[in-house]
Amino acid sequence: MRTLLVIAWLLLSLPAFAHKPSDSYLSLTIQNDRIEGQWDIALRDLDDAIGLDRDGNGQLTWGEVRDAHAEISAYALSRLVLSAGTQVCTTQALEQLIDHHTDGAYSVLRFQAHCIEPIGRLGVEYQLLFDIDAQHKGLLRLTQGGQTNTAIFSLESPTQEFSRAERSRWAESMQFIHEGIWHIWLGFDHVLFLLALLLPAVMVRVDGRWQAAGDFSSVYWNVVSIVTAFTVAHSLTLSLAALDVVRLPSRLVESTIAASVIFAAVGNLYPAMMNRRWMIAFGFGLIHGFGFASVLADLGLPHDSLLLSLVSFNVGVEVGQLAIVSAFLPFAYLIRRSWSYPRLVLTGGSLAVIAIALVWFTERVFDLELFSL
Amino acid sequence: MMIPSRSLIAFMVLGWSIMSEVPPAYPEPYRPTDDVQVLERLSFKTTDPAAREIESLRADLRNNPRHLETAVKLATRYIERGRSEGDPRLLGQAQAILTPWWNEPTPPPPTLFLRATIRQNAHEFEQALTDLDQVLAVQPTNAQAWLTKASILQVQARYDEARRACQRLARLAASHVLLGCLSDIGGLTGQSTKSQELLRTALSNPGLSGRERIWLTTILAETAARTGAVREAEQSFSEAFKVGIKDQYLLSAYADYLLDQRRYQDVISLLRSETRADGLFLRLAIAEQALELPAFQNHTAELAARFAAGRQRETIVHVREEARFTLALLHDAGRALPLAQANWNVQREPADARILLECALIEGNRAAAQPVLDWLSINHVEDFRLRQLAQQIQETTF
Repeated sequence: MRTLLVIAWLLLSLPAFAHKPSDSYLSLTIQNDRIEGQWDIALRDLDDAIGLDRDGNGQLTWGEVRDAHAEISAYALSRLVLSAGTQVCTTQALEQLIDHHTDGAYSVLRFQAHCIEPIGRLGVEYQLLFDIDAQHKGLLRLTQGGQTNTAIFSLESPTQEFSRAERSRWAESMQFIHEGIWHIWLGFDHVLFLLALLLPAVMVRVDGRWQAAGDFSSVYWNVVSIVTAFTVAHSLTLSLAALDVVRLPSRLVESTIAASVIFAAVGNLYPAMMNRRWMIAFGFGLIHGFGFASVLADLGLPHDSLLLSLVSFNVGVEVGQLAIVSAFLPFAYLIRRSWSYPRLVLTGGSLAVIAIALVWFTERVFDLELFSL
Repeated sequence: MMIPSRSLIAFMVLGWSIMSEVPPAYPEPYRPTDDVQVLERLSFKTTDPAAREIESLRADLRNNPRHLETAVKLATRYIERGRSEGDPRLLGQAQAILTPWWNEPTPPPPTLFLRATIRQNAHEFEQALTDLDQVLAVQPTNAQAWLTKASILQVQARYDEARRACQRLARLAASHVLLGCLSDIGGLTGQSTKSQELLRTALSNPGLSGRERIWLTTILAETAARTGAVREAEQSFSEAFKVGIKDQYLLSAYADYLLDQRRYQDVISLLRSETRADGLFLRLAIAEQALELPAFQNHTAELAARFAAGRQRETIVHVREEARFTLALLHDAGRALPLAQANWNVQREPADARILLECALIEGNRAAAQPVLDWLSINHVEDFRLRQLAQQIQETTF
């Protein structure tokens, strides 16, 4: 009893507590009648709930966690009820990975939920861990139609309902245009592919040597043919993928995109094989479209305005692309006659593009992380 | 047409050098490749006797979840363990065990007491005091409740009330508990000499438990340090460490003392492995910064991420640490000041006063410092560093 007395006193000053109690991170992306979910749950919490430390040595190894995957997904998914309208959606576990948050290692459970009807109002009932930890919280990130909401589940509020905030069609389509622009600017691979194709556009081959192109109109039409071919092709596949008509594995898509960048740049060094650039732009543009589609999927397409969002996103991509072209073209046109253009810009630039794309290609084909900084 | 392999490697190197300028990708979930890779270390092995005791209590409780005695015992174990491990999860688990009684209008006194302890850890001081008063209304001889009440009142700088709560311990607990309770308050509020004498008397009792000895020597050391008696402080700290029980409060108090003495290398030796608890990790990073060690960059980023993660869940407890972090490591007094002010509204210990004065001094904001200046003079606070800071503020803002 006397010892207890002092302990009670010392509990007051808590300089020595870790920063936060238990949290899980749940992210849901609504796609029509489907929900893509990712749920990060602390290994320490899972150990308290279902016991992961099989050998009791106080250390959780990947082997122990992997052996418990079936139990983890059964435990977690039985404590999450998603519903659309009055119908409960069926959840299905996909893969399980590992991630690290500020308070330790987490099991990452990816899952999919299918609902009977398209999701207008989503009901979420969250019951993870409250029975063993009353201060546990579930931090939700809900994405739908390019819009992200956050919410916190706690013992006091385990059930919440979400309906997409009423937004005008205009605001929604601006949102998707914005996302489209950002994607082409931040997705260096698309930019590099386009630039690699455009680098020689201000030049012509005469007797196996580069010469500056004469008038602006021939340069202009050359560029227009390349950009249009690229646009038509990627719009086509973007639509097919977004409407779920065709699906390709993302690793294949990403690797081929990297290969297309290499191909386009190598073509500048060996121009003999590159007579019709617009055909290359079209052919590989088909693959780039699938790349755009995966971004669009991450944004969560709203079911009631699927077509509008798709078109808006595509418009955004084109606007971003035009901005790049109109920044590049006048500059290239002006300096095309200089000594440095064929040597430094065309050859040097193509070499640099090849170098970068080779790294991407290796990373994507072999699923490596060469730049884990 | 083939690119020779040597140029290919050269290209890759060129690609790397270009790409390493690009900011790193956001860390992604991954699939470990090695089965024996250790992902997480738990605080207990299942073979530890303490873990076995907890396990058997848990089993009893599963069979009979409304058995008050078992629930109180287990919740108490969790709270103790949470404290020694510095893991706030265990407080939530203790709360879950008490669920059957938690929301009753008049929970039984033992549950009320534990609820007060848990609430006070969440810095819900007023609610904790209400719980304690309810306990004391039923059990006016509950020494533990009086002691806890005294400490909450002391943290809130309600020293007269705190003293009265201490005095209730006179006939309820051993004399050293009363002495510890009173001299902790007295040592801060103008009676440091007498308090140190009383503490020495209490410590001469050979029958003290290890934890009690640590408690009393830490108070003695901190009181001595506040009056500038470096040698006495050092000696008391080393006596506390001699007990041989790891105590997180002692570690942080000693680390602060060492930081004030600019003994950064000693801080690093003391706290090298203490990266889990924010308060200790923060002190480690401050020492690393002073010595310009490369680890400082990573540790600062890690701390920033932790405070952000804490804010994300919207329960904010570590405001004192966040204010100190923002000032000492981010060097952003403008942002640290409102944190220090918000913290002062909740807790008013010397460390809270210190961070607020430091921020106000840099910002040249006399008004922000005023509550602390008042606190210093009304309570005759004995702390030479706080006095120096107050002096500087008064000189620079006139």
